[in-house]
Amino acid sequence: MRFSFARLFAVLAKEFIQMRRDRITFGMMIGLPIFQLLLFGYIINSDARHLPTLVELNDTGPLVRSIVSGMQISEYFDIQGAVAGVDSGEKALRDGTASFVVVFPQDFERDIVRGLKPTLLVTADASDPSAVGGAVGALSGIVSRAMAETLSGPLARLAPAPPPFDVAVHKLYNPEGRTSTNIVPGLLAIILSMTLVMMTAVAIVKESERGTMEMLIATPVRPLEVMLGKIVPYVFVGYVQTAVFLLAGLTLFEVPFEGSWWAFFVGFNLFIVVNLALGFLISAAARSQMQAMQLSMFTILPSVLLSGFLFPFAAMPGWAQIIGSAVPATHFLRVVRTVMLKGGDIGDVAGEMWAMVAILIVISVVAMLRYRQTLD
Amino acid sequence: MTGSSVIDVRGLTKRFGDKTVVDHFDIAVPRGAIYGFLGPNGSGKTTTIRMICGLLTPDEGEGTCLGFDVRRDAARIKERVGYMTQKFSYYEDLSIRENLDFVARMYRLDRRRQRVDAALDELGLADRQKQLAGSLSGGWKQRLALAACLLHEPDLLLLDEPTAGVDPKARRDFWDEIRRLSARGVTVLVSTHYMDEAIQCDFITYIAYGRKLIDGPSSEIPAMVGLVTYRVSGPDISALEAELQKEDGVEQVARFGAVLHVSGTDRAKLESVVSRYRARGTHEWTEKKSELEEAFIYLMAGARDNFARDAA
Repeated sequence: MRFSFARLFAVLAKEFIQMRRDRITFGMMIGLPIFQLLLFGYIINSDARHLPTLVELNDTGPLVRSIVSGMQISEYFDIQGAVAGVDSGEKALRDGTASFVVVFPQDFERDIVRGLKPTLLVTADASDPSAVGGAVGALSGIVSRAMAETLSGPLARLAPAPPPFDVAVHKLYNPEGRTSTNIVPGLLAIILSMTLVMMTAVAIVKESERGTMEMLIATPVRPLEVMLGKIVPYVFVGYVQTAVFLLAGLTLFEVPFEGSWWAFFVGFNLFIVVNLALGFLISAAARSQMQAMQLSMFTILPSVLLSGFLFPFAAMPGWAQIIGSAVPATHFLRVVRTVMLKGGDIGDVAGEMWAMVAILIVISVVAMLRYRQTLD
Repeated sequence: MTGSSVIDVRGLTKRFGDKTVVDHFDIAVPRGAIYGFLGPNGSGKTTTIRMICGLLTPDEGEGTCLGFDVRRDAARIKERVGYMTQKFSYYEDLSIRENLDFVARMYRLDRRRQRVDAALDELGLADRQKQLAGSLSGGWKQRLALAACLLHEPDLLLLDEPTAGVDPKARRDFWDEIRRLSARGVTVLVSTHYMDEAIQCDFITYIAYGRKLIDGPSSEIPAMVGLVTYRVSGPDISALEAELQKEDGVEQVARFGAVLHVSGTDRAKLESVVSRYRARGTHEWTEKKSELEEAFIYLMAGARDNFARDAA
């Protein structure tokens, strides 16, 4: 009674037939990565622009006009019109018609000329900090530029003097600051963990839920043949998803691939195996397909939120970083970003690879212990 | 093989948590016999069958199945046993042919194509072989399941309530097939709820609460149960049936067409009832030999659903 490749192959073939017959799940395997790529790649932009802005003009001199047009040109602000009085400005902020209200005080220009340092009041709807952050940062530059252009001749002395030093910022790896360049590579980690964990778990639980496991184990088939036969098809699914992802990422989103293909290959294979092991663990704990689905969802949340996919990892509190480090997607995300964007090779991501190996070992040991208990 | 027993186990015990599902169960099944396995729901029939074919490891007990040790040689036993589960356990999203082919591959059978073709022909499903198994009716599913577990030509067939939810015609055909197999020397152990299946068996064992209560050749079962039975016929039998059921000493009133079979285990008590009713002169009372039918009804009625024992 030794391991039989013929039986393993039979289980594999059966699994592929079932996969093909389940149109919806099959569609999801291919459709979900594309859908997510389009959503995340095209829609998410953390550098918010075209924010609705209202101005209160108590001064209409050339400097004020210059500042307003400078704001419009910057694309951060969409000047929607003018308001009069504090109340109407506040109302616009409250009901969401404006994200900014800019108040130019009376005699703004005259006070500047007299050297009185008048205040330009910008009220922002900061309930979403990331939405207004970029615009606020850009504002003082816009005002300086407008002053330099408007205040010429004898008034040039009022224009702000340049600081006595230059700050040279060298934006590495993503010079244009495109969000999609950061999001799309990270998305591979999310796509793989979302579909693979759930599909493996469900595929295995389905067998016991429908009663076919009893028939299976009544035949001479070995547990290892069943398990491998059920897991290997999903490695194949992982390959297809990665191919879809690479194709779309490199062509549609023009995400660079600077680093070593070899490092990428090793990384994603390792990650696929980790996810399958996690799916296997879930299948050992869940009693029904529904439970398997719910447990899978439970593992997906940390992958999205704690891995550094959407929010910078370093900005999370210490305890969250510890939890995040136990999430396999965290490490795979770093592998993909390092390799694709930073041109990393296998040496640069060795630490992350070992972390994934460690997680894999822990998951596998727990899964095997659980599996042994549920045999009887 | 030890003697002529295909299955020979003693003291088989299985506990799930603190519940003893099967309690020191013994059985010896001779070669070629059809052995009926009777008992209410939750009495441990399925668990016992699973232990015999090596799906579960018994907590206690020992014995052989097809000459192999039930504890150590589960893998060898599986190769020679056909196990038909209570619920249809083949793949509903595979076609009939794919299911049979898959099973044949699990047993690594030679001449796979011919065997599957032959099974399809015998089933009469050759022209529907591409149909998904899930679209078959209950009767056809059961025939497919039987064909699938016969593919590897097992020496022992374990059938767990094989005809639940199957119409009477299909059930008769099914039993004709079982008889043919038995005649060829295949040993059959079958659990059932139905009397018409019980009377097809050569031997019967009855279990309740995981314990064996009765075991023996079918012809000896009525004597073991020890019922005294009277046959009653006459006018307005329904009213009489209701009346008799209230009598002390009458443990069972079974109706067969226009006659009643009135049974009890205490002869003296039953006879005093009978003499009172005879005195009325309305009905004809004759003592008859107790048959398997009465014994079966008595056994099945006496045992409550065993799942309810904790609540009771």
